[in-house]
Amino acid sequence: MTNEFLPPGLALQKADERIMTLNVGPQHPGSGHMRIIVQIDGDYIVACDPDPGYVHRGEEKMAEYRNYITNIPHLERPVIHDSCNVLYPYVLGVEELLGIEVPERAKYVRVICSELNRCIYTMYWLAIYGIFLGHSTMFMWPAGDRELLIDLMEKISGARVTHAHFVPGGVRNDLPPNFEEVCLRQVNYFEKRIREYAAVFYDNPILISRTQDTGVLSREDAIRLGVTGSVLRASGVDYDLRKKEPYDVYEELDVHSNVMKEGDSYARSKIPWLDMLESCNIIKQALEKMPKSGSVRVKLKPNPKGKGFDSVYKRVESGRGSLGCHIVSDGKVEPYRLKLSVGSFRNLIALPYLLKGEKLGNMPSVYWSLNYWPVEADR
Amino acid sequence: MLKKNHAEEKPVAKPVAKPVELPAFEKNISDKIVEKFGDKIVVSFVKENRVGINVDKENVHDVAKFIRDELNYDHVESVSGVDYPQDKEIEVVYHIGSYSDPSLASQLIVLATRAVREENPIPGKDATKLPTLRDIFYSVEFHEREVFEMFGVYFTGHPDNRRLLLPEDWADLPPLRKDFAIKGR
Repeated sequence: MTNEFLPPGLALQKADERIMTLNVGPQHPGSGHMRIIVQIDGDYIVACDPDPGYVHRGEEKMAEYRNYITNIPHLERPVIHDSCNVLYPYVLGVEELLGIEVPERAKYVRVICSELNRCIYTMYWLAIYGIFLGHSTMFMWPAGDRELLIDLMEKISGARVTHAHFVPGGVRNDLPPNFEEVCLRQVNYFEKRIREYAAVFYDNPILISRTQDTGVLSREDAIRLGVTGSVLRASGVDYDLRKKEPYDVYEELDVHSNVMKEGDSYARSKIPWLDMLESCNIIKQALEKMPKSGSVRVKLKPNPKGKGFDSVYKRVESGRGSLGCHIVSDGKVEPYRLKLSVGSFRNLIALPYLLKGEKLGNMPSVYWSLNYWPVEADR
Repeated sequence: MLKKNHAEEKPVAKPVAKPVELPAFEKNISDKIVEKFGDKIVVSFVKENRVGINVDKENVHDVAKFIRDELNYDHVESVSGVDYPQDKEIEVVYHIGSYSDPSLASQLIVLATRAVREENPIPGKDATKLPTLRDIFYSVEFHEREVFEMFGVYFTGHPDNRRLLLPEDWADLPPLRKDFAIKGR
């Protein structure tokens, strides 16, 4: 490739008397697995250029070499804490391609797993957000309380993270005996626990002073930039796929989507927490409405394949917003092309936009509030 | 450079036959586009919540502008490249959605266009070029950068065609093309 397409780090930059260029990352703990090139004038950021790709694994290329079933374990690797939600659109897409009808009980089990995973992911994210705001209690508490739900997922799937529990046609295994009771008890305790976070974190002067009125994204800009998930809903756009394009049994459940109008880092940090409370509500509803017995998996033929040339795009609401999976099938056992359109990648576009004119010290609070997971963005 | 010799086995892409019963709301959307552009576009499929439009690269800009201005779609969710070695073409598929119009919240327009595929690509310097949609949908900026590095499709008019995810010293084919094979597979 010629010089003009080289990434920013290798291209020559003109020296300036006032403007200094700083490389934040990829080894810097505040940047995640990515580099953010910022140009600063004194303490203020004048330009920002995100440089992701340090954890690019080629998931999409790998998917073209494996069949629809063996793709399952590696496709959840982009976000191991939210592995059920990463697999969800893929599984829904394959079901549409193969024409599989999923049993009712399996749909409820999937909703429960998906909501548990959303909480597990959000707690991890909240913990990291806390440590970068200099609030170490906010690291310890979510990291500890997260264990409650990890134990539940371990009971369901046998693995603490990377469950590989969703398969085309349902879920891998039925719930263990007595699960409903244990789940209800843990989720109730979890809910009580995270309600305490309001007083400890969200009314806390440390968090408020670091996040309020920093990185304000207006409603119009949020729509124009095409951001998704908590970032979008913090800017006053009511868009939650669980309500707007319900998949599986979300139609039958009462889902409330949380919206805030401020559009600053504080709103972006609070929406995922409100979502966790909503998740607890959904899990309790699903446990109540779930059929008490029945099949959870449709038996597939070995090496399932599509019916010829076809393409499908399915999307779900993950912990980081809309997560889409575009599968092109050519009637063989492997997908012809598989594309993951992930929330982190879509929210990254807001970073240069929000950091312009911001103080360098506010960079972590804006960056982590975008609900950005570097590994997912790179795929 | 790794060459995969069974690339020829991949079939030619053909749109699937139209289903008999078309969903009314989605049919209405596709009718509006057909009414405006006539035979410049091909409706590849109409199914629940999805309308597929195929258009050649000369008209893709106009169609996208119409979709934004007249049909109230406002952002792009995903841009995927798909390589078709047998057609000697690379397809770029835009999934366009709407946040501002609640009636379109579950709808996506799947806008597909195709660029010429070069046997020996020189990304950015060969005929594999498409007009960018970045001036219409700002949200395609990073997506189109990704398609450029992964497929070698240069987007004319895009302000920033640098690489995004690949390593700095990458000197091979664009990796998601079908003739780039994973070692040992």
